[in-house]
Amino acid sequence: MNLHDYLARSAEARGPAIAVEEADAKITYRGLADLAALLRRHLIWLGVKPGDRVGICLQKSIDAIAAIFGVLEAGAAYVPLDPAAPSRRNAFILNDCSVKVLLVERAFEAPLQAELALLGCAPECVVLDEVGGGSGLQGAIRANQGAADVRWTPGLRVAASSLAYILYTSGSTGLPKGVMLSHQNGVSFVEWCLRTFHATASDRLSSHAPFIFDLSIHDVFVSIASGASLVLIPEALAKDAPQLAHIIAERRISIWYSVPYILNLMAQFGKLASKDYSALRAVLFAGEAFPTAQLQALHAEWPGARYYNLYGPTETNVCTHYEVPSPLPHACSQPLPLGRLCDHLRSVVVKDDGQEAPAGVEGELCVSGSNVLIGYWNRAEQTAEAFLPRPGRYYRTGDIVVSGEDGMLRFLGRRDRMVKKRGFRVELGEIEACLHAHPRVREVAVTTCADEANGIVITANVSLWDSGRMSVIELRKYCTGHLPIYMIPDRFNFCNALPRTGTDKVDYQRLIGEA
Amino acid sequence: MAALLVNDVRSAVKAFVLAEFLSGEDPNELTDEVELMTLGILDSVGVLKLVAFLEERFSVTLAPHEVGKGHLNTLRSIAGLVVAKRSSAHESA
Repeated sequence: MNLHDYLARSAEARGPAIAVEEADAKITYRGLADLAALLRRHLIWLGVKPGDRVGICLQKSIDAIAAIFGVLEAGAAYVPLDPAAPSRRNAFILNDCSVKVLLVERAFEAPLQAELALLGCAPECVVLDEVGGGSGLQGAIRANQGAADVRWTPGLRVAASSLAYILYTSGSTGLPKGVMLSHQNGVSFVEWCLRTFHATASDRLSSHAPFIFDLSIHDVFVSIASGASLVLIPEALAKDAPQLAHIIAERRISIWYSVPYILNLMAQFGKLASKDYSALRAVLFAGEAFPTAQLQALHAEWPGARYYNLYGPTETNVCTHYEVPSPLPHACSQPLPLGRLCDHLRSVVVKDDGQEAPAGVEGELCVSGSNVLIGYWNRAEQTAEAFLPRPGRYYRTGDIVVSGEDGMLRFLGRRDRMVKKRGFRVELGEIEACLHAHPRVREVAVTTCADEANGIVITANVSLWDSGRMSVIELRKYCTGHLPIYMIPDRFNFCNALPRTGTDKVDYQRLIGEA
Repeated sequence: MAALLVNDVRSAVKAFVLAEFLSGEDPNELTDEVELMTLGILDSVGVLKLVAFLEERFSVTLAPHEVGKGHLNTLRSIAGLVVAKRSSAHESA
């Protein structure tokens, strides 16, 4: 079983049913399979071979969903890009994994091409005038190739162990790193979701998370695998709480999945009370902790749904799950647990000394099984360090947890300097590397604090060569040229000099204390 | 209600943005063209706070399609939106 087989299967069984919906357009399973097959043929015509990488820089659309399946059917791996991210960062990613072909919207092409040229990287480009309804993709292929045969043909046989997608995450050295995931990784996760949440052809799933984010693996593939309808939520509305609430009610979403931050926005600003959410049966969230008081507020508005806290890094996708009891226990000041390990995985909790931690003792959660990544693209050393030095390919999550006697896992903190901001992974070192490169910046130390209302707040503590302070607007302009928006610090704190410890290291503890 | 002047709205919004999101910033740096949303000065919670401020202060109601970069990214576009909404409400009243 491969990821694209789900589309072939549903196109056979449910050809005329609606597979994907945009605001103003829909496509059937048959239509989606035809469009994916058209792209597959075009990619092969362009010379794409099994194992090649294909970049996808498209906004949320039927075109983008067809692109994902077309790439997989060609035996290649898709590399999703955030069209709103700085072109320099996107070009780095495309060059890093040397994509053979890039699917890109006209609006993003020129700046991306300019940055690619600087790197000496020249992938074949399939340029879509715009996206929506699938016609942009169809038009771009026809423009490149002339009239093509749209007959549906089954995909290639692709080994389950082959690379299916690469998701780039923040890297502590200042450069994004590519997490390589196989068809088997994706399929084992999808199958677990099907067993656990029982999506069926009558469900309507949301696609809120961007394709660069592993939450999208659930949305796209679970929906297609179960013959359900996938409701795409455009980027422009992704943080617009009243609009999201409207979409959930109006489009009769039955399974919603997003980071808690978005659910929290809806609970606070969504004006939820006046609408009909009777279709909503499951609310899944992952990526960061959901403060229980805010979850309670949401539950009061949507009492009919079941709530699931899912946990897992990109390297493994979801590895634990916890169904929130209903009604929520009151005065619950403890954070939600991560839950229990998914039934197809194995785990150990390892103490600092490398020994296994018994129940009740804290240690690093390490996970093994069919979900675990192939490795990091082109980073053999980081790949080696990511696994425990013992048989069984145990991926070290970097998350410090404690397990109860009953196997219930609770999150205590991180081993390193990675934080989750609205579900996105942020390596504080990557922000520091960016700010350090600014000519006026002498020293920089990035710290975080938890804010009940906003989640994680990132502060850049900065000292300048010419002392004093500089315009935050100017610094933000600089950052937007290098970092995705979620990595730009929330606050800038100017110091004459950063505090130092006795050994002359930056005194992070003092900076955090003074915040 | 009296018609509003663009300059008055712009100064009020500028003061709000400086106080809420840019404390310590040199006010001269916050020009009419600074892209508040693109630069992350207004994040999603910030946008919702701004909308609440505009609705309360200027007695306007923003339509869903007006809550976004198209209308709220710069002081200039925010002021233009508020004044346009007020004058159309004024005429129809």
